[in-house]
Amino acid sequence: MRALKGVSFDLVRGEVHALAGENGAGKSTLIKVLTAAIQPDEGELWLDGQRIHPRDPFQARAAGIAAIYQQPALFPHLTVAENIALAGDSGSPWHRISWAQRTAHASALLQRIGANFSPSALVSDLTPAEQQLVELAKALDANARVLIMDEPTAALGEQDTQNLYRIVDDLKSKGVAIVYITHRFEELMRLASRVTVLRDGNSIDTRRMDSVTQHDLIRLMVGREIDTVFPVRDTVPGEVMLELRHLRCARAGVKDVSLTLRRGEVLGLSGLIGSGRTQMAETIFGLTPAESGEMLLNGKIVSTPNPQAARSLGIAYVPEDRRRHGVVMALPIDQNISLAALHRVSSAAGMIDLKRERAAAQGFQTSLSIKAPSVETVVQNLSGGNQQKVALARWLFTEPRILILDEPTQGIDVGAKAEIYRLIADLAGQGMAILMISSELPEVLGLSDRIAVMAGGRIAGILDRSEATAHGVMELACRTTGAAA
Amino acid sequence: MRFLRLGRAWPAFITLLLVLAGLAVAAPEFFALQNLRDLALTNVPVLLVALGMTLVIVLGQIDISAGSIFAICAVAAGAAAQSGLPITLAALLGIFVGLLLGAVNGVLISYVRAPSIVVTLATMTAWREALRWITGGAWIENLPPGFQWFGLSQTGGQAVIVLLSLAVFAAIWWASRNLAGFRMIFAAGSDAAAANLAGIDTRLVLLSVFCLMGALTGFASILNAVRFSDVPANAGVGLELKAIAAVVVGGTPITGGRATLLGTLLGVCLLGALGPALTYLGLSAYWEKAIQGVIILATVLFEALRQSRRSTATQAAV
Repeated sequence: MRALKGVSFDLVRGEVHALAGENGAGKSTLIKVLTAAIQPDEGELWLDGQRIHPRDPFQARAAGIAAIYQQPALFPHLTVAENIALAGDSGSPWHRISWAQRTAHASALLQRIGANFSPSALVSDLTPAEQQLVELAKALDANARVLIMDEPTAALGEQDTQNLYRIVDDLKSKGVAIVYITHRFEELMRLASRVTVLRDGNSIDTRRMDSVTQHDLIRLMVGREIDTVFPVRDTVPGEVMLELRHLRCARAGVKDVSLTLRRGEVLGLSGLIGSGRTQMAETIFGLTPAESGEMLLNGKIVSTPNPQAARSLGIAYVPEDRRRHGVVMALPIDQNISLAALHRVSSAAGMIDLKRERAAAQGFQTSLSIKAPSVETVVQNLSGGNQQKVALARWLFTEPRILILDEPTQGIDVGAKAEIYRLIADLAGQGMAILMISSELPEVLGLSDRIAVMAGGRIAGILDRSEATAHGVMELACRTTGAAA
Repeated sequence: MRFLRLGRAWPAFITLLLVLAGLAVAAPEFFALQNLRDLALTNVPVLLVALGMTLVIVLGQIDISAGSIFAICAVAAGAAAQSGLPITLAALLGIFVGLLLGAVNGVLISYVRAPSIVVTLATMTAWREALRWITGGAWIENLPPGFQWFGLSQTGGQAVIVLLSLAVFAAIWWASRNLAGFRMIFAAGSDAAAANLAGIDTRLVLLSVFCLMGALTGFASILNAVRFSDVPANAGVGLELKAIAAVVVGGTPITGGRATLLGTLLGVCLLGALGPALTYLGLSAYWEKAIQGVIILATVLFEALRQSRRSTATQAAV
């Protein structure tokens, strides 16, 4: 898989250059390449007229490229001064660190960025905003000439955000070139002088911010052609099967979700990463039980305190991170498929009928065309698409009424994607209610009866299939992110 | 899981064959019936504890309190027999005590979420000291005649002990293939998060395995105690380490997720045969621990090599 195909952009001293793009457009990969966390297959990196090829993040820092991320990467049990000192090289023999000097130095750095906590404070005692400032201090300490900021305001409140803007302005005036990644349009407008839009691992266009509108940007971000044919869906959704009323699980980031899901319906769930889509699914499935709000199944109030309860209500959840949790990699196909419904292949005493188990797995192998030598093949040895089919088969074997799919086609090839799409359409046709979380707009637009868009832990809007456009979905997803944070 | 296929147990199998072949050439008297029988009897407790330990290790956990639980179960059964309880009931009581003590470990590890190494270190010390305090270090003597060898002849008793332990091995091996509960152990051990997402109550699985571990330790303790006319108050010191060594040497990775029960059996045989083998070969018995250490290190190295080769292979595939 190549996350980046061809990206070119240039950066001028003292400018804030924004990167924009959908989930998976290649922004994070680009940062990793710039900071040498991963090595590019080809391409060149030039800094101040010299070609550089840093081998690791440490060399990149030495060359003057530093990055701060959404989530601070600090040692929580060390002090602020220690964290700052450990990021750099003390330059003295034996790498001896003079703590008095480092603490004074850290103090000066913190003052410069307007932080009002002590350099001897423990990082774990700081707020996320303060931790973000420590990251910034680390970057300043490295005398960064290029500073990459990946959604630095994602965890910050309004006041801290303003403070960060002020620091960015200050750095800019000192000649630091800043690569700024954000989903918030107001932030782009406020900070950036130019913006480069990435899509599918390519840089699409670089524009000056004063000559571009929000509308243009969205068009550039989603402007991809739909390259997969979606199955024709002509079933009309039936009665309401699942209804959520003000579902809330604040500790997981689900603030207030109300929606309905009908029999035979595919409800697409769109939204940016971090908007709470997966968390909402996990709340429905009982992994992070709801704190308040109601859940109605066929008109009756139900609760899902744990996954076992959800399963016995007929709710199935095929999780996003298939590679880690959708299947058990070390077990063979048949044992993976029966795992969520062992009662269906075993006696009341818990004795598994191995023949029945194998037969059931073979049935799915045929119907979902899982490509493997036999159902005894260990799942680890299958391709991503086939692993996904095993994960699906496991839940179909529980005969669910409600199927929640989280990024069902992530990281699988086009052929397998088309098969999964056909399967989703078939299942809905048979009357299953399907909630499909996806970051791929074409897939959401191509398969769903309705599209719910989440932002900031809330439903930002629900669009009907007939009125939904990529532009409309992105607008809902981006517009409210800023306001909700 | 096809446990009768050697799979990960290959190295243990080959090493055992080599040791036995060496003995057959250099000291054929090792294979005298009397010697083999003694060897089997001494290692029955290790086997039963190691079987439980295999399942504990599959879940990525460890239990170092087995030796102390072993001592308590024997004393409990001995005291019960002394007070007039029939040997079967006394034995069942010993097993039950083991199960309860295992459950204490299990609750602390699965529901309180304390790390197993610390929990069982604490219970190992606590139970051992509690027993010393209660018995005052005194052995349980004057056991009724029905206690030793289950009231059978010595040969009969010995046969029962060996057969029972083999029956336990067969039962666990069968269960690991055929019982839904055991399937959940392997699923939870391979990937606890995935098992949880499949609707498996992974905490209950953890608790159950520690209960089973305790019961097996109790059973091991009974099968050991009936060989003697008195019950010592300090049995089982170091038993947990022998069991862990046998599991690891057998080919079950200490990091969990996979297991080979057959390997555990082979591991017990290999480590158990080593000491007597040295004696028969005319070497100092002091070498036993050193050679055991070498074998354990070799197993760990082998596993590490296998892991690193696999990870480079997958990296190349990506």
